Amino acid sequence: MSDTATGAPPGHSSDGELPPAQLAAKYGLTQSGARPTLPGYVRQLWDRRHFILAFSQAKLTAQYSQAKLGQLWQVATPLLNAAVYFMIFGIILGARDGVPGGKHNYVPFLVIGVFIFTFTQQSVMTGVRSITGNLGLVRALHFPRASLPISFSLQQLQQLLFSMIVLLVILLGFQEWPTWRWFLVLPALALQFVFNIGLAMMFARMGSKTPDLAQLMPFVLRTLMYASGVMFPLHAMLTKNTSAPTWVADVLQANPVSVYMDLMRFSLIGDYSIHDIAPHAWWLALGWALLFGVLGFVYFWKAEERYGRG
Amino acid sequence: MAVAEQGAIEDSKPAGEKIPTVICDDLHIVYRVFGGGGRGSATAALNRIIKRQPSPRMREVHAVRGVSFTAYRGEAIGLIGTNGSGKSTLLKAVAGLLPPEKGKVYTDGQPSLLGVNAALMNDLTGERNVILGGLAMGMSKEQVRERYQGIVDFSGINEKGDFITLPMRTYSSGMAARLRFSIAAAKDHDVLMIDEALATGDKKFQKRSEARIRELRKEAGTVFLVSHNNKSIRDTCDRVLWLEKGELVMDGPTDEVLKAYEKETGK
Repeated sequence: MSDTATGAPPGHSSDGELPPAQLAAKYGLTQSGARPTLPGYVRQLWDRRHFILAFSQAKLTAQYSQAKLGQLWQVATPLLNAAVYFMIFGIILGARDGVPGGKHNYVPFLVIGVFIFTFTQQSVMTGVRSITGNLGLVRALHFPRASLPISFSLQQLQQLLFSMIVLLVILLGFQEWPTWRWFLVLPALALQFVFNIGLAMMFARMGSKTPDLAQLMPFVLRTLMYASGVMFPLHAMLTKNTSAPTWVADVLQANPVSVYMDLMRFSLIGDYSIHDIAPHAWWLALGWALLFGVLGFVYFWKAEERYGRG
Repeated sequence: MAVAEQGAIEDSKPAGEKIPTVICDDLHIVYRVFGGGGRGSATAALNRIIKRQPSPRMREVHAVRGVSFTAYRGEAIGLIGTNGSGKSTLLKAVAGLLPPEKGKVYTDGQPSLLGVNAALMNDLTGERNVILGGLAMGMSKEQVRERYQGIVDFSGINEKGDFITLPMRTYSSGMAARLRFSIAAAKDHDVLMIDEALATGDKKFQKRSEARIRELRKEAGTVFLVSHNNKSIRDTCDRVLWLEKGELVMDGPTDEVLKAYEKETGK
């Protein structure tokens, strides 16, 4: 190195003998496709925020563009689901009885449950496919790959916001009048959104390595649906109608999906009191969001340079 | 010590020194393909997953085998070779889009591949695709807004009526290709890589896009061009890399390499 400093003849003749690594170092070239640092990664993502938003909106628009009813399906699908559950669980299996405040709250209870569960469910399902389903994009353009799972979760959030309009109509129809407590919807949704992003990023990395997960996830998610009390009051059902020990009901009630669902019901249904949902529900909601948000992000970032291979 | 070295580099620059922009050092790229060939029962597959054995259905394709070269600022380099020789794979690896199995790629800044096809959605209008494509390439919102009209005009989509507000799936293949190229070519690049982009659209549009590529070359430090059209390689490149079966067969001045290539392929 010192002979460069003491005046080796200028020109590329001396460069030709340098090994590639040293030549690269000399001219400040960096390794292509190397993983950025964690703060650097966050900065890159922030720079791409407009792309993330535009991509999620584009996906949302493109989703039903071939259907005649178009965007209407965004809310029709969860509503039809709710109608099926109402028949089976509400009427035939009698799940209406344990709902806080009585039978007349069952429809809002059910619709909130279905909407909130769909939000997490779809974030996971699109998350699993977010890398494998967009390999063309990953292999053609340079962008922080976390943009994809985040974008898909954002798409689901926008979809949920559409559904909230329908929910509002249903609430008013069942004589739930707006109160100040309705504003609690905002922190509850924000926390669930962070939780969903973390989960989506986790599954995005796993799905990129094992595409078979996309086939397996519907079953895992259906189990989660029954274990979270989407269409029946979980705690009441388990403690009154079955011989399951109380701690099982307590544990199930503390699972993240159940917590976010109960917080929404608590915020929107007047008959709900804080005792009807899991103890320390807000702290649980915050904890789940932080845990999954941070873990999911770091886990996804660790494999950043490997997405798109194979 | 560090300062002295810095000085030496500064001094040597004006003397017509070639500054490297891309260094490829013994690069190997391997694709892993699932479900390519091989048979097996479902229970055998389950057994493999449990025992964590690699699937026999997963085949490895060694697309690039030990390629080394150094590209310098101001060069336009053509990549030639028969179909499946690893040209596009090599470009993607230089762009940092495919992780190398072995070896390293060093680059000056972020090389970009001229191609946004994957980001565009057929169900969206041309208008929204211009915006989405621009953002996907890393342009800022303001840049996209500034260049929007230029992109639409360049593509000539609106020459026959207001087509930009129609979904892209209604476009003819030529129109869609023109719009894609216009979006891709709207960004400034340090190291620019073009993969068979010149064969798009009608004669008029081809002329326009060739002119745009020359412009991009002036702005960019180094240009890579993959093409099967030897004429366009001759017109635009001063150096050619010839790849065959993932290996670098020849690296040299355009005329020399093309002559050997044409002799080999019997053209």
